Amino acid sequence: MNRFDYVRAETLGAAIGAEGALLAGGTNLLDLMKIGVATPDRLIDISRLPLDRIEQSGGGLRIGAMVRNAEIARDPQVLARYPALAEALLSGASAQLRNAATTGGNVMQATRCSYFQDPLSPCNRREPGSGCGALGGATRNHAVLGWTEGCIAVHPSDMCVALAAYDAVVEITGPGGLREVAMEEFHPLPDADGAGKPPLMPGEIITHIRLPDPGALARNARYVKLRERTSFAFAIVSAAAALAIEDGVITEARLALGGVAARPWRCRKAEEALKGQPASAESFARAAELATEGARPSGDNAAKTPLAQRIALRALERAAAGTPERLPALPASVFAGDDNG
Amino acid sequence: MTPTLNLTINGVPQQIALDDPRATLLDVLRERLGLTGTKKGCDRGQCGACTVLIDGMRMNSCLALALSHDGAEITTVEGLAQGDTLHPVQAAFIAHDGFQCGYCTPGQIMSAVGLIAEGEAGLDPERVREGMSGNLCRCAAYAGITEAVLDATREITAGREERETA
Repeated sequence: MNRFDYVRAETLGAAIGAEGALLAGGTNLLDLMKIGVATPDRLIDISRLPLDRIEQSGGGLRIGAMVRNAEIARDPQVLARYPALAEALLSGASAQLRNAATTGGNVMQATRCSYFQDPLSPCNRREPGSGCGALGGATRNHAVLGWTEGCIAVHPSDMCVALAAYDAVVEITGPGGLREVAMEEFHPLPDADGAGKPPLMPGEIITHIRLPDPGALARNARYVKLRERTSFAFAIVSAAAALAIEDGVITEARLALGGVAARPWRCRKAEEALKGQPASAESFARAAELATEGARPSGDNAAKTPLAQRIALRALERAAAGTPERLPALPASVFAGDDNG
Repeated sequence: MTPTLNLTINGVPQQIALDDPRATLLDVLRERLGLTGTKKGCDRGQCGACTVLIDGMRMNSCLALALSHDGAEITTVEGLAQGDTLHPVQAAFIAHDGFQCGYCTPGQIMSAVGLIAEGEAGLDPERVREGMSGNLCRCAAYAGITEAVLDATREITAGREERETA
């Protein structure tokens, strides 16, 4: 790890516009520094900023950027009204990491593309213009949607997939003032040359994530995640689904995929197709097929598309069955018991 | 100027002059304070051998920048026993053979103490296994670890109820 200066920002004002890498929980940044992928000259410690609360906001919730992942997952409001968010969080990382990792840090975490993580490989995301080491390499975990030859990495977050399905908004403060971006568009898709422009401009900081009122989606929402082991692993593919159902008819649907693109992938066409349809196996099967429209393998990963469809289908079926009172022992697991599991 | 780090470790206030900001909490515990119970395994947050309680919550000390935790209360495996009386989790690991080589054990024990305090796994073995998934054991003593955590949960919960009704 390279030597750096350490500064603690005691106020939001001191953090805005500060030059250096922002340190919150440290679970991703310190790891990247240890392997030589991040080499900041200066760390701005923002972990003590007063952004550590979950507040009511206009019928929804406003989550401070320094709230720990574990705290969101056990918040009674989140469990009651945004259970797919809790399930997504609990399906990610380990209890120790969830106790340290923050909301803002989860959004800002780097891709786990092994070529990005290896400083000796070319990587347009890490070093613009150097090329993409993943193309033609070991690509079974890479993107099938929204990728270019410039970058085929996927965003690893589970939390962001659920947030995108819930229409969450990212609140950002910077030297130029406040701005807001929808979660589903926060992470840029790659352009022809590389990863695209960074989501935050220098000196900007994420302050909150805002969740609108879930309304009738509240108790028909689930997250399902396929991974190589049942716990403490990143998604191969995942899906967040939420439904509003009246007299057996779907009045509103949300569906987002994880593990398939450089951002959580909101499936608008599938949602539209579900609206007004009966909550039936046929409706869900058609929606699941539409969910991956435009998908194409970026390498040796054609299997991801049918896998994503099956996981989307499972998420929709579980959402239609209703969120269980208590989340299953194995959150988001495909092995989590019966149909309602 | 050399920054001074203030930590309360196992109830004892410590002042540590830190001339290198790169030190993790794990480095400080092992290299500066001689508390080598906490183990360095992967050093990347993937194995859990370095688990300690920071302000009561289990975390990976290898990914905790020491300076960022100035003022924190830390509990390590050295802080669990009361004299010669083992903590219920320590006693349960022995009773149930919750280890073989022992390298991951301090992290397993600290993680279990954190898990039981969180109170969400209860006596459901599946929830215990899921809750302990951040701690790898290459000897694969998982069956004994799960039994030990369940047993310690019973012991600690019973103790708590006894105190409440007393």
